[in-house]
Amino acid sequence: MSDSKKTTTAVDDTTALPASGLIGSGMEGGLVDQVRSYLSRVRAGDMGVLPAVGGLVVLSILFTLLSQYFLTERNIANLITQAAPSIMLAMGLVFVILLGEIDLSAGTTSGVAMAIFVVLADPGGPNINWVVALLIALVTGVAIGLFIGFFVARVGIPSFVVTLGLFLGFQGLQLIIIGAGGLFRITQDPVIAIENGNLLPWQGWVMLVVMLLISAVTAFVDRRRRSRAEVPNRTLALVWIKLALILVVGGVSVLLLNQNRGQVNYLNGKIVGGNTIEGVPIVVPLVLLILWFGTFVLDRTRYGRYLYAIGGNAEAARRAGIKVIGIKWAAFAICSTLAVVSGLLTASKVQSVDASFGNNTVLTGVAAAVVGGVSLFGGRGRLVHAAVGALVISVITNGLGLLNLGGGINLLVTGAVLILAATVDAVSRVRAGGALIRT
Amino acid sequence: MDVPIIELTDVKKSFGPVSVLKGVSLKAYPGKVTALVGDNGAGKSTLIKGLAGVQPYDEGTVKFDGEVVHLTNPREASHLGIEVVYQDLALCDNLDIVQNMFLGREETEWGTFDEGEMERQASETLRSLSVRTVKSVRQKVSSLSGGQRQTVAIARSVLKAARVVILDEPTAALGVAQTEQVLSLVKRLAEQNVAVIMISHNLVDIFQVADYINVLYLGQMVAEIETSKTTSDDVVGYITGSKTYGGAA
Repeated sequence: MSDSKKTTTAVDDTTALPASGLIGSGMEGGLVDQVRSYLSRVRAGDMGVLPAVGGLVVLSILFTLLSQYFLTERNIANLITQAAPSIMLAMGLVFVILLGEIDLSAGTTSGVAMAIFVVLADPGGPNINWVVALLIALVTGVAIGLFIGFFVARVGIPSFVVTLGLFLGFQGLQLIIIGAGGLFRITQDPVIAIENGNLLPWQGWVMLVVMLLISAVTAFVDRRRRSRAEVPNRTLALVWIKLALILVVGGVSVLLLNQNRGQVNYLNGKIVGGNTIEGVPIVVPLVLLILWFGTFVLDRTRYGRYLYAIGGNAEAARRAGIKVIGIKWAAFAICSTLAVVSGLLTASKVQSVDASFGNNTVLTGVAAAVVGGVSLFGGRGRLVHAAVGALVISVITNGLGLLNLGGGINLLVTGAVLILAATVDAVSRVRAGGALIRT
Repeated sequence: MDVPIIELTDVKKSFGPVSVLKGVSLKAYPGKVTALVGDNGAGKSTLIKGLAGVQPYDEGTVKFDGEVVHLTNPREASHLGIEVVYQDLALCDNLDIVQNMFLGREETEWGTFDEGEMERQASETLRSLSVRTVKSVRQKVSSLSGGQRQTVAIARSVLKAARVVILDEPTAALGVAQTEQVLSLVKRLAEQNVAVIMISHNLVDIFQVADYINVLYLGQMVAEIETSKTTSDDVVGYITGSKTYGGAA
């Protein structure tokens, strides 16, 4: 092999290490080199979020052609608020899926926590301040996560079994808290506003500027650190392209959502009343904030790196001195807490909580993560994958709904897309040189 | 002779009624490669696990730099600068070379990774070992060959400024060219004044790199020889118990 030749010649010049004698890092070269190396990574099977984004674009074009309502400001806003709970749930699940674990009880966890919330905040009942009730609901989420983590990380029961048990048990708990056939209305305006309220138009623009600032600052801090260590930086052009992309995509989205998408009533060609609905839905900055913060933790902190390490090779992580049990424990707590936030979004959207609230949402969350490119074997995937995956599934639901196709078709198509996504993942794995199933 | 960095005297270990180490002594010197050979079940792994702090010895003394130490957990061993490169390598496939080399002790600034610093150190460490087979330090470990993985695992211990590196079957499952690479890496490791303890079944490899050969037979150290003063046939004899070594120190 050519490799061995290189080593034998290398022995001679060990002593002289020129400053530029560092081993490559793939950051060298101009824009063309970077694009080329990216394409070769994609060809080698490292596709990341690409298939999901492709699917999203194709589905959007398809539905735009099939339905005149799909690409309207009102439907886009509606789509976003429909997708938000799934995005939140899928992002939470990523933390445990990265470990190669699963939380089947995430949906019922949100159900139990929201049941506690509505019962506590019920004006006809205890009538506790809604903020306090919400905090109790979130703490319930943390507690449930720690409970799962105890059995999985400490006792060593497979997470599938533990959370399957809780999936069943929590349905019962929820039934007991709410009461059979019971239904509680959400009456707190701030809670309803999360999914139904909008930012003022100028606030949408501020949000975009903040996003650009954060993105620019992190990019330049990274570059400064790399320059300080005298290792090559990626070409500056990539930073500008990334910022330009955020500016264009974000700008168009904010512009669209700032249009009035309310009902306008005409009488003999004249506008007679109607209502004004404009601005970015309040849930958007909330989802983006959690997406950003979670990604920050996963990419740039020890906790995140250790999650990936454990998902990749738990024994190697343990030998490297990583406290595997604690990391796992925390991952389940994060997952359950985000599941409760997801439940809050659903409750805000449908404005009520009943005894079966959240019972069948978890598999949609898992499907969203898988569709987005998160590997159920652990160790591979990012939060943005889960978010895009959830968007794909929501577009299917939304688009088929606009075409007046029923729930049956919707579930069939969603299932087919899931299997398609898993196939793409498996095939890319084989092309990357791995086996179909890795341990 | 120099002062040994590691000196085991009369260490014993038993699991229930089974006595695996029956009073074993071992010395390892900085800048030297000490081979540890023995048939399956001779107690090599148990001896190594004791040094790594994974399975503490029942009896006997362990001296490090002439001082008596008690290795009761992996952290203490690591703190002293004892690193084990396990046979199954203990790398995370889904992480890149830099991430693997720094796993468990990442360089951070304000709680976030200083990737530039880690990348430079990883690159310099690989260069100091004359590693040229790695194209990019940002390659995922899953894309590396067996020899390259072994290289990364060894470089990881060097990065930790290890003073004693224990290699468990470093050339098992490697091709000819890759075995050569790893063996020259072992030599360079010793050149950096690291005490290398190498477990191997391959006597050809051992005669190529080892300065001393220690033979374990059924839980006892039956021979401690300088490589230059013995032959492959003799060592096979000691391993199988068909010969006994007369000149034990």
